[in-house]
Amino acid sequence: MKKRNLISTLVMLGAVGTVLAGCGSNNASSNGSSDASDHSGKITAVGSTALQPLVEKAAGNFQKDNKKIDITVQGGGSGQGLSQVQDGAVAIGNSDIFAESKDGVDAKKLVDHKVAVVGMAPVVNKDAGVDNVSMSQLKDIFTGKITNWKELGGKDEKITVVNRAQGSGTRATFEDAVLKGATAVKSQEQDSNGTVQKIVSSTPGAISYLAFSYLNDQVKPLSIDKVKPTDANVETNKWKIWSYEHMYTNGKAKNATADFIKYMDSESVQKDLVKKMGYISIHNMKVEKDSKGAVTDK
Amino acid sequence: MKETQNKLLSKSKATREDYLGRSICYFCIGLIIALVVCILYFITTRGIATFTQNHVSVWGFLTGQNWNPGGVDSHGKPEVGALPMIVTSFSVTVLAALVATPFALGMAIFMSEIAGSKGTKFLQPVIELLVGIPSVVYGFIGLSVVVPIIRKVFGGTGFGILAGTIVLFVMVLPTITSLSVDSLKAVPMSYRQASLALGANRWQTIYKVILRTAAPGLLTAVIFGMARAFGEALAVQMVIGNAVLMPHGLVSPASTLTSKLTTEVGNTVMGTLPNNALWSLALILLLMSLFFNLVVRFIARKGSIKK
Repeated sequence: MKKRNLISTLVMLGAVGTVLAGCGSNNASSNGSSDASDHSGKITAVGSTALQPLVEKAAGNFQKDNKKIDITVQGGGSGQGLSQVQDGAVAIGNSDIFAESKDGVDAKKLVDHKVAVVGMAPVVNKDAGVDNVSMSQLKDIFTGKITNWKELGGKDEKITVVNRAQGSGTRATFEDAVLKGATAVKSQEQDSNGTVQKIVSSTPGAISYLAFSYLNDQVKPLSIDKVKPTDANVETNKWKIWSYEHMYTNGKAKNATADFIKYMDSESVQKDLVKKMGYISIHNMKVEKDSKGAVTDK
Repeated sequence: MKETQNKLLSKSKATREDYLGRSICYFCIGLIIALVVCILYFITTRGIATFTQNHVSVWGFLTGQNWNPGGVDSHGKPEVGALPMIVTSFSVTVLAALVATPFALGMAIFMSEIAGSKGTKFLQPVIELLVGIPSVVYGFIGLSVVVPIIRKVFGGTGFGILAGTIVLFVMVLPTITSLSVDSLKAVPMSYRQASLALGANRWQTIYKVILRTAAPGLLTAVIFGMARAFGEALAVQMVIGNAVLMPHGLVSPASTLTSKLTTEVGNTVMGTLPNNALWSLALILLLMSLFFNLVVRFIARKGSIKK
């Protein structure tokens, strides 16, 4: 029995050691990739879960042609992405928001690469009986001034607001576009598009917001001021609730990292993959938004 | 002669093995202790940074009801009030333990006193199976089954303390049951024999002798269950609703310490107030689990069975 305990402890220690060693070598080689001349090595991209599926897919395709480059894509949230790329722990930090708008991040050190655009739409449970609201009505719902769907001509049903986790990129984008500085009503918070979709589809009177790629026939997207949430409306900024997906590098991207980011901006990714994954191509945008939210024609 | 002397004076193979074994053990223990110390140090320094660096008052942190670490209130002070989460964490924990204990006790008594070895052989795997199910599965079942049922019966959204309690009840049940079985089995057989010899029937023996003798062990089992409930994050997060509101009922959305940690930690940047505030929540969790451990030790010392 004692011997068995000892052996299992040793096995455990060995496993821990291997994991630690793995982490160590991982970091070392991702740092080392910057001075490799033949553009091989490891790239680690960490951050936004909204951008993760696109980067994963693109990384898979990219590695088919570049066998020497090994790309690891991880989630963790925009905050993680920005802080880790700033510390130099990873090569690429994925983020839904501008680095300038995150406290504790020195945006001057980071270089922004916008790779896609995501539109977001308010969604309601199907039996709310409302399919269009004005921007100010939407604001009143999320600040708690309107509490029943019948005030908007819908059913006599209490409104249940489902918000996103504080500090999440999706919430920041929505609050910038809709609340414009007002404080949201205290309400439920969920941390993923999938959960929000499930809750809104099953809770009568629920309202929340989702990225376009998560819209389906289980939930009802709302039009705002009669503008429908479509890709074409985002491209012209007629639909106001959208944000860039950023890939940040610490200083100018080099070697393998530069190649990969260039690939993300290439026609094959932007024309095909981006659309297929439910994002909007950065090439199609007819307007530009800066970190303060000011929109100008391209 | 010389050979024998050498043999006697030099270390034998067995002794060397002994040394080797001992040094491996010391090394492992040292590593684990270092790990624990590191974790304690890390959480504590990060956790108190909210109060030392960001100058939030401890009292304000423990009694405030507004949680918005990214913004400031009307006085320009950051809003980090953890009271709603502390209250919810405790309510969920206590309720889950209250609901689970009778069931767990019943099962433990059945397994150790009534069923005999056949029943135990059947029930043991059932309980172990409950332990083995990952918490995300419990959460998913809670989200797809428990929440809709609560919504139908009580109205509202279905998310809240009640849903959390029901999910946690299933999760702490095996912990409490198996620890209770152990402590019931530790009651010496002579007690049972003496009780039966005095003419007590089985129920009287269980109620008046076995449960009384095993009481400290049973209490420990319940507290271990509570510690597990207090620390559970994922399953609770999926059904509690994650709204930082003072719970004003069992079916209003609320948020526990752990669920707040899991939903927000990815969106904060190391070293900023929102991040430090989360570490402070983690510090509260750590202190609570230390507290649970101390209580368990205290009970074990006071009430161990004297043979």
